[in-house]
Order: sequence, then structure tokens, then C-alpha cells
Amino acid sequence: MSAGLHLDDLCIRHHGAALVRLDVHIAPGEVLTVMGPSGIGKSTLLAAITGTLPPGFTTTGRITLNGRDITHSAPENRHAGILFQDELLFGHMSVGRNLSFGLPATLRGRATRRAKVAAALAEIGLEGFGPRDPATLSGGQKARVALMRMLLSEPQALLLDEPFSRLDAALKDQMRALVFERARDRALPVLLVTHDPGDAKAAGGRVVTLA
Amino acid sequence: MKRRFAAVIAAALVASSAAATPDPADWDAVLAEAEGQTVYFNAWGGSTATNDFIAWAGAQVKDRYGVTVEHVKLSDTADAVSRVLAEKTAGQDQGGAVDLIWINGANFAAMKENDLLFGPWAEDLPNWKYVDVEGKPAVVNDFTVPTEGFESPWAMAQVVFYHDTARLPEPPKTIAGLLDWAKANPGRFTFPQPPDFLGTTFLKQALYGLVDDPSVLQKPVDAVDYAAITAPLWSFLDELTPKLWRSGRAYPQTGPRQIQLMADGEIDLAISFSPGEASTAIANHQLPDTVRTFVLEGGTIGNASFLAIPYNATAKAGAMVLANFLLSPEAQARAQDPDILGYGTVLSMARLSAEQRAAFDALDLGIATLPPEQLGPVLPEPHPSWATRLAEDWTARYGIAP
Amino acid sequence: MRLAPTVTLLLLLGPLLAGLAGTLAPALGVFPALGGTRPSLAPLHALLAWPGLVPASRLSLTTGLVATALSLAVTTLIMAGWSNTAAFRWMERALSPLLSVPHAAAAFGIAFLIAPSGWIARALSPWLTGWTQPPDLLIVQDPWGMAMVMGLVAKEVPFLLLMTMAALPQTMPRRSLTVAQALGYCRVTGWLKAVFPQVYPRIRLPIYAVLAYSMSVVDVAIILGPNTPAPLAVQVVRWMGDPDLSMRFIASGAAVLQLLLVLAAIGLWRMGEMLVACLGRLWIDRGGRGHLDPLLALAGAGAAGLSAAGILFGLAGLALWSVAGFWGFPDALPDRLSLDGWARHGPMLADPATETIVIAAAATLLALALTLACLEAEHRFGLTPGTRSLWLLYLPLLIPQIAFLPGLQTLALLVGAETGRGAVILGHVVFVLPYVFLSLAGPFRGWDRRYATVAAAMGVTQNRTFWQIRLPMLLAPVLTAAAVGIAVSVGQYLPTLLLGAGRVQTLTTEAVALASGGDRRVIGLFALAQTGMVMLGFALAIGLPRLVWANRHALRGTA
Repeated sequence: MSAGLHLDDLCIRHHGAALVRLDVHIAPGEVLTVMGPSGIGKSTLLAAITGTLPPGFTTTGRITLNGRDITHSAPENRHAGILFQDELLFGHMSVGRNLSFGLPATLRGRATRRAKVAAALAEIGLEGFGPRDPATLSGGQKARVALMRMLLSEPQALLLDEPFSRLDAALKDQMRALVFERARDRALPVLLVTHDPGDAKAAGGRVVTLA
Repeated sequence: MKRRFAAVIAAALVASSAAATPDPADWDAVLAEAEGQTVYFNAWGGSTATNDFIAWAGAQVKDRYGVTVEHVKLSDTADAVSRVLAEKTAGQDQGGAVDLIWINGANFAAMKENDLLFGPWAEDLPNWKYVDVEGKPAVVNDFTVPTEGFESPWAMAQVVFYHDTARLPEPPKTIAGLLDWAKANPGRFTFPQPPDFLGTTFLKQALYGLVDDPSVLQKPVDAVDYAAITAPLWSFLDELTPKLWRSGRAYPQTGPRQIQLMADGEIDLAISFSPGEASTAIANHQLPDTVRTFVLEGGTIGNASFLAIPYNATAKAGAMVLANFLLSPEAQARAQDPDILGYGTVLSMARLSAEQRAAFDALDLGIATLPPEQLGPVLPEPHPSWATRLAEDWTARYGIAP
Repeated sequence: MRLAPTVTLLLLLGPLLAGLAGTLAPALGVFPALGGTRPSLAPLHALLAWPGLVPASRLSLTTGLVATALSLAVTTLIMAGWSNTAAFRWMERALSPLLSVPHAAAAFGIAFLIAPSGWIARALSPWLTGWTQPPDLLIVQDPWGMAMVMGLVAKEVPFLLLMTMAALPQTMPRRSLTVAQALGYCRVTGWLKAVFPQVYPRIRLPIYAVLAYSMSVVDVAIILGPNTPAPLAVQVVRWMGDPDLSMRFIASGAAVLQLLLVLAAIGLWRMGEMLVACLGRLWIDRGGRGHLDPLLALAGAGAAGLSAAGILFGLAGLALWSVAGFWGFPDALPDRLSLDGWARHGPMLADPATETIVIAAAATLLALALTLACLEAEHRFGLTPGTRSLWLLYLPLLIPQIAFLPGLQTLALLVGAETGRGAVILGHVVFVLPYVFLSLAGPFRGWDRRYATVAAAMGVTQNRTFWQIRLPMLLAPVLTAAAVGIAVSVGQYLPTLLLGAGRVQTLTTEAVALASGGDRRVIGLFALAQTGMVMLGFALAIGLPRLVWANRHALRGTA
């Protein structure tokens, strides 16, 4: 039935006061950009979708992802991938382990999993970086590993929380292109929240402004 | 079937109650029961020499009788008394945590009075036959309280004083002389702070030197004119206290602390309840080898150290085996060796075989230890009520306000 | 998991309340084994009749309040004068090992340093002072308790400093200070006016804990404190140990009084806080920029240096004593060195050392597990801990041990609970847990939750996230908390003695028992063993993350 990410009459309240209201549908491969000044609840919106709202927040309405109602699912069962402005690589794991940590458990066999990680590294131009300490990578390299880690976990949607804001101008363009391209390849519905009009322009899709 | 079952239960009950109260007269049965037991021996742990001796004794009874000894090192004997009391409060009349206590004086009187002791058992010990009951009446009278077999003596103690001949060649030998010397040399003498056992002993020793008729001290304080008898003591202390170390505004808290003060050169003269203590301390580098021991003219107070078994002890048989071993000529000779412990024996040399006596004769008592004939007359401990009352009144007069 | 906070509080407060009840009953005359079957006011009357009551209570109050005020003042001056400087990092490194020195060991060391026959006097005699025998000066155990106050301050400053540094990042001190300095305020004045008011509320409870501890400490008071009379807590212990068993009533009464005194002192301190806040606001309003600042900063550094030197040289003195032959006054060094002491007493260390490790490890693991369960429950179920739960956590540190441990021992026997190692471990948990919790809560709560979000978005369960992401990333703070726990456990005296029925012998109980004999060689040996064990814990806490995460730059920890 309805593929993509649906937010049906979604309303997020903080101690009863309505903070964010949204009623949208994001089709597979489409990017929806949500803009608005800081403090307006953009990150809260993403937290509602990932299922990690802090106490005090309540939601009404419905969130469905590829036809599954995930409004009340546990975070780990939602399969909504997310990228933040920080890469959040796990500092105690090598680059390779960071990637394999995201692989679904259903993918069996050590060799298979290794091959998958190696291929992923190749895809982002980091062949042979598997054993490296993530702390030794450059900002752009880290961002690519973070993206690939999330994609390897086979999400059904991609949420972006100002993921490009910390990158310098040249890197920003590269990463934007990479992220949107991969998402389109995998036909993921993408929800981007940002306050940078440049991001919205690069995304090229619909723009919703919260106010 | 049912009846037989009941009989088995009854037998088991008899057996277990027998196990809880072994009969010391049947020594073979005691030995059999003791084997494999662990005795928690609660003894003051402030002296490394004593601790070493107890460790040795524990190893011996382990080898010979299969009894394991755990030395529970107390900072105060009363901790063990408290423990037994707490157990009685809780109704734990068997399987208590304390099997044997090193005890005497007021602690013994309190435990005996409150029915916290097992016994009588001491006079049934095989080695009791060596004990010098006639020559050392203190072995059956603990601070005038008859022991009645509720505790077994294991060491004799007598008040001595020690001094560093390098600084004080001619020490004062009477209580009055002590005061004159202190006035001439302020700040060079002190005693452990009452109610510390040794500090209270100093008060009693001073009282002996100041009363006309020492026999009153054998009666309870209620039975005599306490105020009149102690009046000379208080006037003596009123004069002495400002001339004490730190002008009497601080005191060492235990006897052995005086050893450190002597070694540090803070005091020239100290009281001890162990004639061999100074020699042992010299052997351990705790005192300079110029320290010597002396006694007061007219005699000093002597008493015995005892071992008692709480009424609810778990390993009563093992405790008796250890107490008996500590009465053996072998253990007594070792305890008297100043390099080991330097405690006086409770045994009568006349009752020992020539071979057993030889071990005592061979002892080098140490440079600072007086030979038995020079220890002078032994004065009996006053009734326990004196210690309590003197410590209380001393505290009220000198222990509160500086 | 959800019940973890409740279970933890029960484990903390259960023994506390039970013990208080067990103390209160004899104080009101109820102690059936001693014939006290009906409530009576006799113990109270006996207590009031004791002539030392007023001076002993006064001593407890004054030493506690003065030691706490001085510790706070030194800590504040150090922070105000030196935080974020190179010198501060150096001071931090010098002071933090002091935390691991047990109170009793530190007190012994200091006593040997400052006594008229102590190391300082020996070093200066006779060439400078002309003393061939020590002067008869009342320095240690002075009737005003000044030596005791100094000993306490030396130990409490590192603790408060650590607590302040833990609280500081939440207040963004660097920015506040930069702003203040930009407005023309000198360093110390600027820090006091702009940062201190923000920090103080966060270190209030640790300060109260220091106050309660200083007022009721027993071991330090016995070693450095006056004894004509002694502070109230020492007197309680003496009465508890009196051969005359009826003294237990008066002892319980005095224990209750000790508790009331501590509560009153905390109330007094609270009023003082308000007064200082009032005066402080006036001072801030006047807008003075500060003139004495360099002097104040130097005073802080000087006091910190004295604290560190006192404890370190004291320990060095004890170490020397442990290998000394005869060492008389005024020799600055022993006449010869010998390993006799180590050969004689070294083997005696083995059993208590093992027991100490077993108890410390078990109590710390238990406390760590409960703390992690509480914090993780807080994270998963969005529980928000209020100020009240923090107070409850601090309660075992605010109630004097002497006020509830003896009662707890009697009660444990009454209900037939087994005393021994198990009881000792549970007893230690009561004191270890608050410190472990306080040490770990900050880093645990400060962990970036977005890591958990990322993991969940990848389909990883909460349990796997906890074990494979959160715990490994927090390895350094978890180990530091464990080291703190071990340090607290190793130092416990009364709980071990009372709940272990005297049969559980740790380095600390052995050290205190031996200390009554005053043989500095043995004291030195045990103090070193005690300190060594705690330092080993801290060394592991610092070293292990570096080893495990040798190739992981972000996680090597900064401790």
C-alpha cells in the first residue's frame, strides 16, 4: 500500500502545549526539507520519528513507514536511520567495527560481513581504512563513515539533523551530493531538517517551514 | 518406627547438647571434640610481641591437637564483652562468635556477674597441677573476685617502672619521691589516661603508697570511708598533675604509647605492668639499650592475666585445649623469654620436673628485666570497685577541663 | 531494571533506619538483655550529669565547623586563584593521590611530623633550636583540637577540590570568568563573584558530608584530637567499650546527642550560607575589582602545598619508621635501617590484605551494578531524579556512623542475621554506593544520548547498546568510580568491626588495633599497605583504559 514515510496529523506537545504540527507524506526517493529558526522543534520532530523523545513530550497522530505503523514502536524496531551534525562514530571501535556494528544480524557468516564492510569502505573511497582508529580520520572521512554505517543497517527512511552544518564549503557540497545520491539509489524517503537554505537547495525537494 | 525415629532425635539432641558443653574432667573426650574446631581467640592486639606469641601457640595446637586458632585482635577487650552481650540480647545462646577471651579485672567481674561465662572448667585442666596457687594467690583471685574455675590464668604481671639511665640514672623509688622528682623535673613523667587499665593501676599504686592501712583496699569502696582514704591521693595528684608531661593536659592513651614517648625522649620514667616489657622493647629497637627497670619500695601491685570462655562459645573444647596448652611448662617458658614476650609464669617451679625447670633456668631475662628475687613484694589488686571509682573521680577532676 | 532505584534506596536506607532505631531504644532505656524493659529517662539524666558533656559537645561542634570552613576556604582560593592555569594542573596532580591516603594513616604521619619530638623538630635540632630533648609543648592533642583540625583539613581539601571540579563544567566557569575579567575584575575577585555563587549549590551536599564527618570522626580524633576531654564521638566509643555494661545506655544517649549535634551544625551552616549570600550580594553590588588577589591566590596555593606536604612527608616518615632500627630524638634519621619489621610483620599482612581486597571488590561491584542499573533505568524510563533523591543518597554520609552502626549490630543479631563477611560487605555498600554514584552520575548522564539514538536507528536493542556502546565508552569513569569505591571500602573501620563480629579482619581494623600499641614501625607498615592498596586501585583506573584503548584516542580518559 502506501510506501514511504507518512506523518498523519502528527502533533508533538510539550507538557500539553503544541510544539510541532505536521501532516506530510514523503515518497521513496523523495527529500522533504523542514526549515525554521533554532528552538522551533525541528530536532524534536526527528526524535518523535526515531522514538527517542525526552520525558514531558507527547505525540498524537500517526507515523507510518512503508505501511507499518511505528508511532509506538520501540526505537530499535522502527528502522528510521538518522545522521546528526556530529558523526558520532563509536570511539572504542575501529572504523571497520563501526560499520559492521550497523549490519543486520540476519546477515550471517564472518566472511560475508567482512566483505560487505570492505565493499562499503570502497564505496566511500576509504579502502583499507577498516582497522583505523576513528579519531585519526579527517572530518570528511568521518562524515562518510557515519553515512555508510547508517546505510549498512538497511534503514527504510533517512532522517538528517543538520548533517552538513559543521563541514566547510567544499566538503559540504561533496557530502550533500553523496548523501542524496545514496538515498535516491536506495529509494529512501528522506526528511532533512536544517536552517541552511543551501541544504534545501541541494536537496531540491519540497520545503516546509515551521513557525 | 515412629518411636525409633523419636529415639534417634532424642539421642541427637543429647549428643548436640553434649557437644555444646564438653566436660573438662573427661579430657580425652575434650581432645576428641576439639579436633577440627576453630577457636576465635579474642585478645588485645596492640602488642606485636603478644601477637607473635599467640600465632606461635596457634601453630602448636594446630600441629598437636588439630585445633585452628584465629586471633581476633582487639583494640579493647570490652569489644569482645560487647559482642557476647549483643548475642545474649539477641537470644543467641549457642554458636557465639567469641570462643576465648584474654580477660581480667573489671571485664571478668562484669561477665561473671551477668552470667556470660561458661564454667567452671579451669581447675580441671590437666596442666592445672603445675599452677602455683599458694605462692601466687592472684591466680585464683582476679582483683579480689574469686575466679572459681571460670577463667584460667596464663601470665603473671607486676607493676614495674622503667627509666632511661642515660637521662635519669637514679629514679625515685617511692610515691612521695616521685612527686619531689617531678617538681624538680617538670614535664618528664606521665601515665596512661584513666580509665585505661594501666593508668588506673598507677592511681591504685599511688594509693598504696599513700594510705596508712592498705587492707581497706581489699573491701568494696562502699564498705569503707572512701573520701577519707582517697584524700591524700587527690592532694598528691593536685600537686603532681601540673608537673606532668604536657602539664597534664594530654595523656598517652595506652601503656605501650609510653614506650614511644620514652624513645622520643619526651619522658624519662614510665609505668608498666610487665616486668619484661622494657627488655622486649630493647630487643625490637623500640627503646635504647640504656633503659632499665625498677620497683617501688614497699612492693608493687601484681595480678594475673586470664582466659575465659563465653557461655555461648562455639568451640568450647578447642578453647580449653588452647588454654591448657598455654599453661604447659613449654608455653610458659617461652612466654617468659624476654626476646619473645617477657611475661611472668603462673607455674610453681617446685611442681615441675627438673627437665621442665631447666627451660626456665636457661632463660636470659634480658638486660632491663629484674630477676624474680629483686621484683620485691607483690601487693594484691584492690577490689574492682576501686578501679571503677578511682577512674571516674580522676576523670571528673583531671580528665575534663584542661 | 525499573525497580533499581527503589531497591538501591532500600539497601541504603534500610540499614540506616534500622540502626537508628537500635540506637534510640537503649537511649530511652530499652535494652532487655541489660534489664532495660521499660522506657525511662535515666540514660538521659546520666548523660546530662556527665561533667564532660559541655566541653566534649563544644569540641565536636567547633572542630567540625572550623575544619569544614577552612577546607572550603582553601578549596575556593585554589579554584579562584589557579583554575585553568598550568600551576593548577600541577596542584591537581599533587593533591589527587592524597585522596587515596586513609584518614588514620594520614593522621599518624602528621602526628609524627608536628610533635615536639617529631620529624620537623628533629630536622632542626639541636643545631638550630638547641634542643637535646624535645620541648614540653602541647602541639598534638591540644585541648582546642587545632592539630585535629589541621589533619582533617589536609584530607578534606583534596576531596572538596575533586567535588568542585566535578561540579564546575556544568556552570561554564571559563566563560563566566572571562566575562568578569573583561569587565575589569581581578582573577580571584572575579571568580568569587561570578563563578562561586553558581558552583556552591552544586557542592553543598559534599560540604555537609565533610561537616558531618569532621564532627563525628573517631580514628583521627584519637590520634590528633584532645583527650581531656575527647570530642563526643570518641567518648561514645569509649562508653560502648566500658566494662560496666550499663554504660551502653549512656553511650546510646550520647550517640543520639551526636546525631542531633550534627543536624544542628548543618542547620547552623545553612544559616551561615544565607548570611554569606547576603553579604556577598552587597559585596558584588559595590563593584570592587579586587586588590589583594595575588596574595589570596598565593595563600590558597600555600595552604594546598602545606596539605600535600603534610600528608606526603608524614607518609614518608612512616615508611622510614617501618625500616628503622632504634630512632631516638634528636636524630633526623634512624641509627640504622633494618628489614626486621617487614620480616616479622610482613607475613601478617597477607590475610588481612586478602580480606580487604575481597570485601572492597565485592562491595564496589555491588555498588557499581546498582548505580549502573539506576542510571540506566533513569535513561530508559526517563525518570528525573529530584533534589530529594540526592539528599537520600547522601544520608549515609550525613548521619554519624556511631549513631546507627551499634544499633544495627544489635538488630542484626536480634533478627538472627548472619554477621561476618557478607554483613560487612553489605555494610560497606551503604557507604561505598553514595560515592560510586556521585562519581559516576556526572559522566554517565553527560554521555551523548545521540549515540543511543544512532544505535537504535540502526536497529540495535537497548541492552546491546548498553553493553557494547555505552559501557565501553564510559570505561574510564566507571573504573574511576570503582577506584573511589575501593578507597572508601578500604578505609571503613566501624562497619567492619561491628558487622564482622570482630572476626573479619581488614588492613584497617588491624591497623587501628595495632595503633593502640603505638609501635610506629608496625603502624608505618600497615599504613603503607593500606595506602598502597588504594593507590593500586587508582593506578588501575587510570592505566587500564590506556591499555585497553591504546589505539583509541578518544577513550583513554584524562584522569
